[in-house]
Amino acid sequence: MAARWREWGELAVQALLFFAAMVSVFTTIGIVAVLLVEALPFFQQVSLKEFLLDPQWTPLFAQKHFGIMPLVAGTFLTSAVALALAMPVGMLSAVYLSEYASPRVRAVLKPALELLAGVPTVVYGYFALLTVTPLLKRIIPDLETFNALSAGLTMGVMIIPLISSLSEDALYAVPSSLREAAYALGATRLEVAVRVVIPAALSGIAASFILAASRAVGETMIVAIAAGQRPTLTLDPRRAIETMTAYIVQVSLGDTPHGTLEFRTIFAVGLVLFLITLVLNLIAMRIIERYREVYR
Amino acid sequence: MGHRQRRELLGKLFEGIALAATVFGLLVLAFLLLDVARRGLGVLSWSFLTSYPSRFPEQAGIRSALLGTIWVMALTALFAVPLGVAAAIYLEEYAPRNQLTRLIELNINNLAGVPSIIYGLLGLELFVRALRLERSILAGALTLSLLVLPILIAASREALRAVPMSLREAAFALGATRWQVIRHQVLPVAFPGILTGMILALSRAIGETAPLITIGALTFIAFDPRSPFDKFTVLPIQIFNWVSRPQAGFHARAAGAILVLLAVLLSMNGLAIYLRYRLQRRYQW
Repeated sequence: MAARWREWGELAVQALLFFAAMVSVFTTIGIVAVLLVEALPFFQQVSLKEFLLDPQWTPLFAQKHFGIMPLVAGTFLTSAVALALAMPVGMLSAVYLSEYASPRVRAVLKPALELLAGVPTVVYGYFALLTVTPLLKRIIPDLETFNALSAGLTMGVMIIPLISSLSEDALYAVPSSLREAAYALGATRLEVAVRVVIPAALSGIAASFILAASRAVGETMIVAIAAGQRPTLTLDPRRAIETMTAYIVQVSLGDTPHGTLEFRTIFAVGLVLFLITLVLNLIAMRIIERYREVYR
Repeated sequence: MGHRQRRELLGKLFEGIALAATVFGLLVLAFLLLDVARRGLGVLSWSFLTSYPSRFPEQAGIRSALLGTIWVMALTALFAVPLGVAAAIYLEEYAPRNQLTRLIELNINNLAGVPSIIYGLLGLELFVRALRLERSILAGALTLSLLVLPILIAASREALRAVPMSLREAAFALGATRWQVIRHQVLPVAFPGILTGMILALSRAIGETAPLITIGALTFIAFDPRSPFDKFTVLPIQIFNWVSRPQAGFHARAAGAILVLLAVLLSMNGLAIYLRYRLQRRYQW
């Protein structure tokens, strides 16, 4: 009898644990359901054509336009600035940590770099608006107070550790026999790094870039504070823009009533944001999986 | 200068540049901290910690934001930690290698990359509206729990994986059931790692702003939250509120609040490192 109870107890525990693991699946279902339930009525009133092609985004004005392009352009602009800073810097530090640093230096520098990613984004937002923008204004006098440039640069600093850490893992995983072969042929350390190790780890590095892009696209507080609230179809980083995430924040802060077309815009925008980051994450995961198979 | 020498020199030059790139981020961080400290240290005082927010910058404090942060963090830990550890135990100790397990794993990986503001939209519809929790501490904590779950699961799995198989086999050999093995042998050994993951996850949650704004937490709160159903604000939202105002007085307050937030974060991380160090030494074999 006791044995029977023990079996039942075991099964109950296992069921509970399984349910806990399934919460993540329910979360995804919940996200997709919420976005669709609110976005579908939106698309019944606003045609997909207008949403994708109208060059203006003014859902909160009297003269309403529902073209998401300006928000996508703003998101693209800040992300491009961030990546333009973080890709070379992150990449160089990955090479340094993997190929040059002694184990002791590496043990100190790697976690120290990861501190950058642990700083709350609202703090970076403060920094972008109140420190970086005034500094940049000395160099670029016609920089607007809210601009894509300082938000993007600050975001770049934030995502450096993402790139350096993941790229370093990829570089570090390259078998040392490859390096030794190159050294035996008389290559210098730089030549080994650039011509042998980096090409061998290219897929891992690419994955880190894509994940960084996904992070930049979804980043919210830095752009909400420092990039502005003016949806503009522009590629000029000196100007105020609005990103998809900053728009969601703007509406959440306002008093647009729930259930209205105006309020539903944030779910339509959220759906686009979710799809973009989903595609980027899936590509990165695919690449990482494939490259792991090669080296194991 | 010979060919080889030139190549070596180029290598040295590159090493310098790479080192500079590595410390660049750290220098920026140091600069940021000094800049915030310069502006915010003057603000820090007992009354700054114990006053409610105010229309007048000189009087504004972070009392309600600090209390809100403590409330939200405590509840988030309460929900997320058992759930995350349980999910990790399932995946490491029970899950069969099949399609469903693969789906769950893929799903967790992908959730880790979903922008936090999307979780805010989920929290708004699910907790605030469908479950009618309104803009309460509870709704905020539930939203953040889902947000940090992937981090917790990943860290807990790592901790479980580090437990040597021989320990499990020894317990099984003595006739223990699977759950008894986990409960009495595996979990105690994995505890330091799980604890570290928990603090890591909470230090992520403590800085989150966007999802809480989306569920409607940004409110002027001039009372102490007393139950999970009260309205609330948290430190990052108070900082955001003050940064967004034009007056320099509020910017100084924001800098002061940032110092408090970073102090909390730093002590949490310090605690994680200390605990890991202390607890790990007991279980050496």
